[in-house]
Formats: sequence, structure tokens, C-alpha cells
Amino acid sequence: MKLLTHNMLTSHVKGVTKGYPLLIKATEVKVNEVEFNPKFVCRMIPKLEWSALVQAADQLGHREELPGELVADYEKNEDFLKRVHRVLLEVEVIEGCLQCPESGREFPISRGIPNMLLSEDEA
Amino acid sequence: MDRDGVNNVRAAARRSKEDKKVLKKQLKASHTLLKHEGVNTSPHPSRSVVVANGGLGNAVSREDLSAALKQIGDLESLLMPPQKPYAFATYRSEDDARKAHAQLNGQKLESGGNAVTLYLSYVDSVKNEGEASVRFPEGLTLLEDFVSPEEEALLLAAVDWSTSTEAQKALKHRKVKHYGFEFRYDNNNVDKDKPLPAGLPQECLAVLQRCLHDGLISVLPDQLTVNQYEAGQGIPPHVDTHSAFEDTILSLSLGAKAVMEFRHPDGRAVPVVLPERSLLVMKRESRYLWTHGITPRKFDLVPACEPRSAAPEPDVSSHSGLTLSKRGTRTSFTFRKIRHQPCCCAFPSACDSRGGNASCRPSPPSLPCCHGDAARLEEEYVHRVYDAIAAHFSSTRHTPWPRVCSFLSSLPPGSVLADVGCGNGKYLGVNPQLVTVGCDRSGALVQICADRGFHAFVSDALSVPLRTASCDACISIAVIHHFSTQERRLAAVRELVRILKPGGLALIYVWAYEQEYNKQKSKYLRDHSKQHNGEKSTGVPEESRGPHTEPNVLTSSRLESKHCGDLKDEGKLSVHTNRTAFNSQDLLVPWHLKGRKTQGEEESCCRFSSRGEPSPVSDSSTSSDSRTSPNSKPSPTADANQVPGGTAAPVFHRYYHVFQQGELEELCCGVNGVGVQTSYHDQGNWCVVLQKE
Repeated sequence: MKLLTHNMLTSHVKGVTKGYPLLIKATEVKVNEVEFNPKFVCRMIPKLEWSALVQAADQLGHREELPGELVADYEKNEDFLKRVHRVLLEVEVIEGCLQCPESGREFPISRGIPNMLLSEDEA
Repeated sequence: MDRDGVNNVRAAARRSKEDKKVLKKQLKASHTLLKHEGVNTSPHPSRSVVVANGGLGNAVSREDLSAALKQIGDLESLLMPPQKPYAFATYRSEDDARKAHAQLNGQKLESGGNAVTLYLSYVDSVKNEGEASVRFPEGLTLLEDFVSPEEEALLLAAVDWSTSTEAQKALKHRKVKHYGFEFRYDNNNVDKDKPLPAGLPQECLAVLQRCLHDGLISVLPDQLTVNQYEAGQGIPPHVDTHSAFEDTILSLSLGAKAVMEFRHPDGRAVPVVLPERSLLVMKRESRYLWTHGITPRKFDLVPACEPRSAAPEPDVSSHSGLTLSKRGTRTSFTFRKIRHQPCCCAFPSACDSRGGNASCRPSPPSLPCCHGDAARLEEEYVHRVYDAIAAHFSSTRHTPWPRVCSFLSSLPPGSVLADVGCGNGKYLGVNPQLVTVGCDRSGALVQICADRGFHAFVSDALSVPLRTASCDACISIAVIHHFSTQERRLAAVRELVRILKPGGLALIYVWAYEQEYNKQKSKYLRDHSKQHNGEKSTGVPEESRGPHTEPNVLTSSRLESKHCGDLKDEGKLSVHTNRTAFNSQDLLVPWHLKGRKTQGEEESCCRFSSRGEPSPVSDSSTSSDSRTSPNSKPSPTADANQVPGGTAAPVFHRYYHVFQQGELEELCCGVNGVGVQTSYHDQGNWCVVLQKE
């Protein structure tokens, strides 16, 4: 699971009102190099929940000095875009789990894939 | 000059010789076609001719054809069988028939903006099969001129379409407004303890009192549904939910006539012309067992001698015939009485109070009655199957469907896209300018996505763990037909809409009940010829072919060669025969699993092995091949694929609910805050693009 995916995922356990962002408990994290496309990263940034991304990167020890608040004029800041690119697309959780911040329900991540299925009475 | 003139004449003569040749060929083809229809042409002149292409089925109107025929001579009768591309004309003298043959054969006829080429052949006799009068369903009564034109105007004025309320919806195929109680299309029932603020309009009272006085009803109705159909609109065949309403249902037709089709489960179909100002009374069998619906079209076939038909022709109408009647805007008032006790009708197979479900039709390894049953059915007949067949399934799913791709390509760069039910991820990389995430219920398929480097996770389409309003677009391709109840299909659409941002678009594809559309068979059916040899050897249980097939589903003789042995048990889901037309909306579709050894070959010849799949054209060159040479033998690759190792391939069954025309749009209209932007038929699938408000 890459942090881009994490940024979009939320807990969907029945009754939970504040299920976002999910906490990451990783036992295996990998960093794979992915081709850098500044335009793509630029377009992606406004779609993100910035603080959730920073918090997730922090939890994995890959914050890459990202600021707590989104900087202005990031479009021209290639260094900044590169760091966002790394956090979003290169850092990957292979094993571990995602935890619902409200209910504590854990969703396993195995071979890089989060399993977000709920049981019948949770949905 | 002279030489040129001679040459020109010669050229003309040659052309006409060639024309004659063409005409001869075309005539021969028309004879072959007519033979298939059971029409035997005669080489000897007679008083009667069959006019190929001059039929109601070709949108040729009785008026235009009869005018052309009468110009020639004294026409005794003109018979136009419904839905057929030909007509029979009988002249008073053989001479006139000869003249007609000579003058009209190969000529073009203009009718209703269309031109057709007529081919005439003599026939010995004309049998009027349409004469065998069809009996009304038991319990059905039609009372013509039940209201006066003044009352009609009053009633039509009583419906205020301008104010929008909860109880008013613009469905894809009609406008609808409820009084007394709201009929909910999501569960096909009414909230009996939630009466609407507006009761039945005062204007209806006089009509209802008359019904009461005439003994048509014993209590006054407390629910009214007003439907408005423009020309070209209709309502899918249905039985009014037993548990929701009492026996008698009254339906008043106003503004324009329409043809309502009644169908018995045994296949009998009875078209009933509903003239304007008539009252239809449905009781007993006609109310509980027969489905009724209005086919969306712009013209209806009506008896030519029917007093209200567009242009009655006294001279020929003594021989009962049919003609086309242009539809106008029809408004129907359907009066019903809410039922407060479970239904105890004499038709348990169609009764939702007895576990049968009138609206969802048959039952599966029993079609589910509750949420738990539905989840268990899908667990066994959808989720487990996809996990088991994932590798083979994925090897046959490599070509994205063109119209899905064009949707994806039309999205602005940087849009966030969710593919809910992404399978092996064949759409996740189509437009690399998008931020794409995929999810699927099958872990095995999601693993394939992840191995390909896509962002994907495992989740259920009924509960997608994505933030509300986080996506610019989402797609649901061949997913929602796997949900086994209307509620669950609705919940799946609702979930797609939830994750969309306002203004966001959703593209939905579901498998269509109608595998033939606009006279084109879907690729799914067309591939049958290639499949045929392989199919027989797999030992799949074959479903008996029901006596009724949809009129627009072509039954080729090839399809009928299979045995009609085992009738399906009452209440069991039927098993579909791959590459044939559907005869039920809820069914199990076999998947023939291929052994590992042949998997390498699949990729190169998957067009032969992608069985049991809602598959629009994956390879246009192949599909044209299959059309031009339907009888060609399957290619050697297909044969090699047939049965790996000489042992029968394991067969898995997936549950499907195939959608009827209009059903997907109607489903989507059950979700608040979203509008249907476009809808279309794509190679055996019904498709919609929704936009969130």
C-alpha cells in the first residue's frame, strides 16, 4: 500500500463517525524508485488531505521533512515536489495493518494489499 | 454524335441487364428468407403476392403500402402480420396481381421517412393466422370511454407536474407521481405507515364512485400512481407487488392510446390496446400472475379496423389487419388499495408474501428474501468463484472495452478515479494522467493488480472504504449485476455516488438481458458459433429453453439443437447456457476453468475462451470474422483449448442479475442527489453515466 492509497482510505465500520485518517502499523516497509513526473505530482497535491499524508509519512519514519502545512507556490518548487513524490508513490507498506482511529478495528495489510472487508455485522 | 448515342443505349442496356441480375439474386435471397418464415412462394402467377420488405416489422405503414398496391389494381385484401418484414396482398384478379408483380418488384417504397425495396413473389394462398383471436387474461376487463373528454381534461389538469416533491420522479422511461402513499422503486413496496401529505386528488372521486357503483371495486382505493409516457417511453414488464396492494387494480388511460402487453409465465403474450379514456380493470390472474408492461417505442401495432386507429380503411378493413399507430403523450392513473395483511392469492409462485418475489422474478439456489441470504448467495456464487478462477479469468481479460476507455480518456488530467470492482486492473492504467485506485472483492484479483504496480485494495462494493466526496470519477464495470437483490444493487449505486465529489461522474456497466439490440447480436452471442464444439463436451447442465423468448432475442436453429430435458426445479436459479439468449433475469452462468497447462495459450486465443462474460468487442477483426462466416469451423487453437488433458474442465457458476432495458436507469433514479447523464447499450451491456449534483 502506497501513501496515496492511504490518503484516500477511511474506516467504514458501522457507527464510526471519525474514521479518518487510519493509523498505520507497519512491520515491513519498502521504498521503490518510481519515475518522477512533476506535473502529475502537482496535479495530485490539491486532491490530498495534506495533514493525513504528513502524519502517515511520520508514522513510517519517511517524513522527508515535509512541512505540517502545504507550502505556497509548490508548483515551481521541484525539490518539494520530489519529496512529495517519494512519500506518495515510493514508500510502500508491505506488511502490517491499518487501524480505525475510533473503533480500534484493524485491517490487515499483506503482500502490500490492505484488506478492508468487514464482517456482516460490522457493515 | 450518332456513335455516341448508340453507345449510350448499349451502356444502358448492359446496366439494365446487370440490374436484372441483381434483382434476380435479391429475389432468390428473399425466397430463402421467406422459406425460413414458413412462407412458400410459388413460381406460378396467382391472385396473391407476398411483398417482402413491405411489412410492419420494417416500419412500413399499412396506409403507404396499400396506396401503392391500389394504384395498380383492385385490391381485395392486405394482410400485415405483426413484427414481420413482409405483407400479403390479394387482388381481385390474377391480372392485377401480375401487374403489381411487374411494376413493384425491385421498386422503392417510401414510408414514414424510410425507403425500402419491395420484392414481390406469388403465393398460392394467404392464411390469416392473426385471425385466431387472442383471449384476454383471466380477470382482465377493458371498459372503453369510461370517462368523458371533459372528465379527461379535468383529471389531466389535476396533476401538477411543476412542483417537485419526494413523491414525484422523472424516471428514464416515464414521469411518475404518487398520491396517498409513495410506491418505492428501491424495494418495490410502499411504506404503509407513512402516508403522503397529499391524498388522492378530489377530481378522481367521481370516477372512483362510479367504479364502486358499477361493482368494479368494493372499497375505495387509497393509493394513486400517475405515470406520464411520452412517445417512445414505456414501463418494463412487472407484476404489482402482491404484499403491497389488494386484488383489484384500476388503470385509467388518458391523453393517448398505448398497447400494453400482458405475459403469462408460460409464454403466452396478449397485447391489449388501451384507448384514451378507457379503464382497465385487473383482477385475479391478470393482476397476480401475468406481467404487464409497455414497450418503449414510438409506434404501436393496432388493429386496422379498430375504431380509433389512425386511418381506418373501410374497404380493406373487413379483413382484419394491423397498422401502425403513432403514440402521443399518455397519462395513466393507476388506483390501488394498500394491503395490510399478507397476500393469500392463488398464485404463490408469483407472490412475495409466500417467499416468491414478483418483482425480482424466479428464485435461486433460492433467490434471497433477506439480507443474510443474499450475502450468502453472493459469497458462494460470486466471491468464491472469482477467487477460484482469478488466474484464468484474468488471462481472458486483457482488452479494455473501447467505450470505457473513451470515458476514462475524457476525464481531465489529475482527476481522482476509483474503479470499484476493478478485477485484474485492466482499466487502472488506461489513462496514466489520472490518479487511480482500484478495489475488488476478490483478494486473488487484487493481488494481480498489485503485481502490476497499481494502487488497489480489497473491499466490498457495498461498503467502499473511501472518503465521502473524494473522487472526481468512478467506474463500476460488470459489477452490480452480481448483487442478488434490488436493495443491494441500489446500495451499490448509492455507494458509488457517495464517494463522488459534487459534479463527479460515475460510469456503470451491467450485463443486459437483451443480448440482441437494434437487430445486432452482441459479441457474446456471435461468438457462440466458435464456442459450440467446445461447449458440448464440458458436461454443463443445460437449462431447458422456456417457451417464451423476448421478441427481440433471435432464436437461431443452432441454439435449439440442445436438449430440453431437465426442467428447472421450482424456486431454483436456472443455469444459463453460455453464448445463448437469456431466458431469465436471475441466473447462474457457468465458467469453464482451464487447466494450468493451457493458460499460456489463452492469451493468444482468448477470443475463443472468454466464455460466460459480458464482453463487448475485444477484437473487432475477430467479430467481423464471426459475422461473415458463422459456419466456419473453430480454429485449431480453439480445438486445442477444448479439454485439457482429455479430462472435463471444472465448471464454476457465477450468479448474475441481467438487466432489462430501462432497469439500470430506473435503479439509478432511486438514488438521491444524482442524475443520469447518458445511457446506452454497448455490446450486450446496459450502461449509464451518472453525475452527482
